[in-house]
Amino acid sequence: MNDKADTDRSSPATQPLKTGAQCVVDGLVKAGCEVLFGYPGGAVLDIFNCLYEAPFNFVLTRHEQGAVHMADGYARATGKAGCCLVTSGPGATNTVTGLATAYMDGIPLVCITGQVALNMIGNDAFQEADVIGITRPVTKHNFLVRNADELPDIIAKAFYIATTGKPGPVVIDIPKNVQKAKTAAVPPEKVTMRAYHPDVPINAAEIAQFAERINRASRPLLYVGGGAISGGAAEVLAQLAHKANIPVTTTLMALGIFPETDPLSLHMLGMHGSVAANYAVDHCDLLISAGARFDDRVTGKISSFASKAAIVHIDIDRSSISKSVRADLGVHGYVTPVLEAVLPFVKPAEHAEWLEQVNRWKERFPFAYPQSTDALMPQYVIEQIDAVSAGKAVVVTDVGQNQMWAAQFFRYTRPRNFITSGGLGTMGFGLPAAIGAQFGRRGEPVVCVTGDGGVQMNFQELVVAVEHRVPIVVVILNNGFLGMVRQWQELFYGRRYSGVMLSQHGRAPNEEIPEAPGYLPDFVKMAEAHGACARRIFKEEEVGPALREALASGKTWVIECIVAPEANVFPMIPPGSHVAEMINRTV
Amino acid sequence: MKHIINCLVENQPGVLARIVGLISGRGYNIETLNVGPTADPTVSKMTIVVPGDSHIIEQVTHQLSKQVDVIEVVNMTNRRHLDRELILVRVATVNHHTRAEIVDLAALFMARVVAVQEDSVTIQMVGNQETVADFLRLMKPYSIVDISRTGVIAVGRDAPESAAKKG
Repeated sequence: MNDKADTDRSSPATQPLKTGAQCVVDGLVKAGCEVLFGYPGGAVLDIFNCLYEAPFNFVLTRHEQGAVHMADGYARATGKAGCCLVTSGPGATNTVTGLATAYMDGIPLVCITGQVALNMIGNDAFQEADVIGITRPVTKHNFLVRNADELPDIIAKAFYIATTGKPGPVVIDIPKNVQKAKTAAVPPEKVTMRAYHPDVPINAAEIAQFAERINRASRPLLYVGGGAISGGAAEVLAQLAHKANIPVTTTLMALGIFPETDPLSLHMLGMHGSVAANYAVDHCDLLISAGARFDDRVTGKISSFASKAAIVHIDIDRSSISKSVRADLGVHGYVTPVLEAVLPFVKPAEHAEWLEQVNRWKERFPFAYPQSTDALMPQYVIEQIDAVSAGKAVVVTDVGQNQMWAAQFFRYTRPRNFITSGGLGTMGFGLPAAIGAQFGRRGEPVVCVTGDGGVQMNFQELVVAVEHRVPIVVVILNNGFLGMVRQWQELFYGRRYSGVMLSQHGRAPNEEIPEAPGYLPDFVKMAEAHGACARRIFKEEEVGPALREALASGKTWVIECIVAPEANVFPMIPPGSHVAEMINRTV
Repeated sequence: MKHIINCLVENQPGVLARIVGLISGRGYNIETLNVGPTADPTVSKMTIVVPGDSHIIEQVTHQLSKQVDVIEVVNMTNRRHLDRELILVRVATVNHHTRAEIVDLAALFMARVVAVQEDSVTIQMVGNQETVADFLRLMKPYSIVDISRTGVIAVGRDAPESAAKKG
């Protein structure tokens, strides 16, 4: 502890001295933190001591991974930075998956980690981990705070970095002695950084070329990604699409940025996207990518992706332009100002022939699924969530089949109403992210669509929803399998189901537990043990009433839907393939 | 093709690790890397030599520019520049004939003999990438006992405002 040295540096005598820990809390308040998710431990006791009288809500999660996913869900639902606080060593390493999830999807987070005292760093001290080293590849930036005098400035910078440019998670690692040290430093009026300039001026020449390409195109297509959500581009996007009659397809990350009920919407594209969207990509002569990054789940086989089209790529991340697919025109900038700049130069157009073609695909190949008389179809459950909530639910998904069905069978009409781990595909994300989303969107229906696999990865967080009266409705699509992996094994590995069985059905005799029920665990009992209401349903006619009751109750609910065990997600373009190789078995 | 990338960065702990991690984490190889202070004590200059086609190098420079602690990135290969590397090489001398030959060759490259041992000479040589490669090729038959290289450093020949600004 080196309090003395720090105190001696204090400048104007008029400033009262504060501890580093107090600077952390004050910095969070100044940044507008409404809710802080976290978990205490030895290396953050001083900050927790200051939280005792903090004006914002602290939410004790049951695992640090849950804390980061909650902060992430809050950020995705509100557009503000999510905040979390964990201790050193294992507390910090438990955040890595959550940080990587947020990093891949460009979600603004500030994660504060405790660290052992500076003079202990590198000594293999108790609960020490090289958090700066471990989190470097999964954060937009990270800070090790060496002196309490730097703290107010670093906290302000962390929020600035997290929320500007392409947003992302920022870690602040604060050694215990820095939390205890006293300082007179105050937060900066305005953050200035020599080497970080997120604002990009609009390039008039690029805009002119962009407009010309739109005006010349006869089969244009807007391909919109998560950057349009973080950039709040819904309004200008709709103006552009309608002005020039350009059909719109969105990535998984951007569902809702353009109303899927609009005749120009082609819904999602990519591996499990709509037939119309993927055909449109294959046939368009101009592909306008707005805040999307040509992920391999979108492009499939790179060399044949949008092969008839000129590509315009708008991105705030310069390194994303032409990273995987060569752009004919790169426009570096935020989606909203770029589209606003180009809009006046875009001439109204009909594109009647093109729209007719696209609509034929839409009519002929809607999202569909086989009807079953003996089993509840998971897709039907999603349609019911849409119907019962009148399309207003904030849908938060886990990863796998549940995620893809939630994307396909709910018609999203508003941005930030579909929340999912897109890039990293983190199972266990759904439940905590739904809780975080509900903290940010009190009073709105939040439905977590999850699977029997993913929900078990962070089930412990359900108790947080109950404690804080967060009335999320968790819909578990229980098919007794790790469904998406099983689907791949069915389609590409000769139906050899290896390591994917969650229920007892079809198990080898030596793995059966005769005294236990067929489905393990018993999610209803599990939910009730956490204080939530719960019901298990099997039939179509039970779905609507159960959802209505849960959504009206104002309580935390778990609805376990026993669904067809081997339902598949279609359409599916096999990985690395062209749209012509699409598998679509919907009857 | 090899590219020489000059990178002005905040002189702060952890910046080197971030840059090296970024390049190696994407599977790009760093051939040489040199870091030193600049006239401004808060700024360091890194000179990184990365082999790769222009698409890869463009990616590397964009990725570097994106880093919060990176002030400016310049691909020196694309502009008029001077590059130099200093090497210290100890070459075995079997007898006084080979020693004389080595010293003669060194003189042709304006390299200096900085130490003489019973069975070897140590030469300090400065040159651009090609000259250093030529010199080492000529030294090879004499058996190189040890070698230390600074890695390439480079400086632009034109006014600094022509440098590619970050952003």
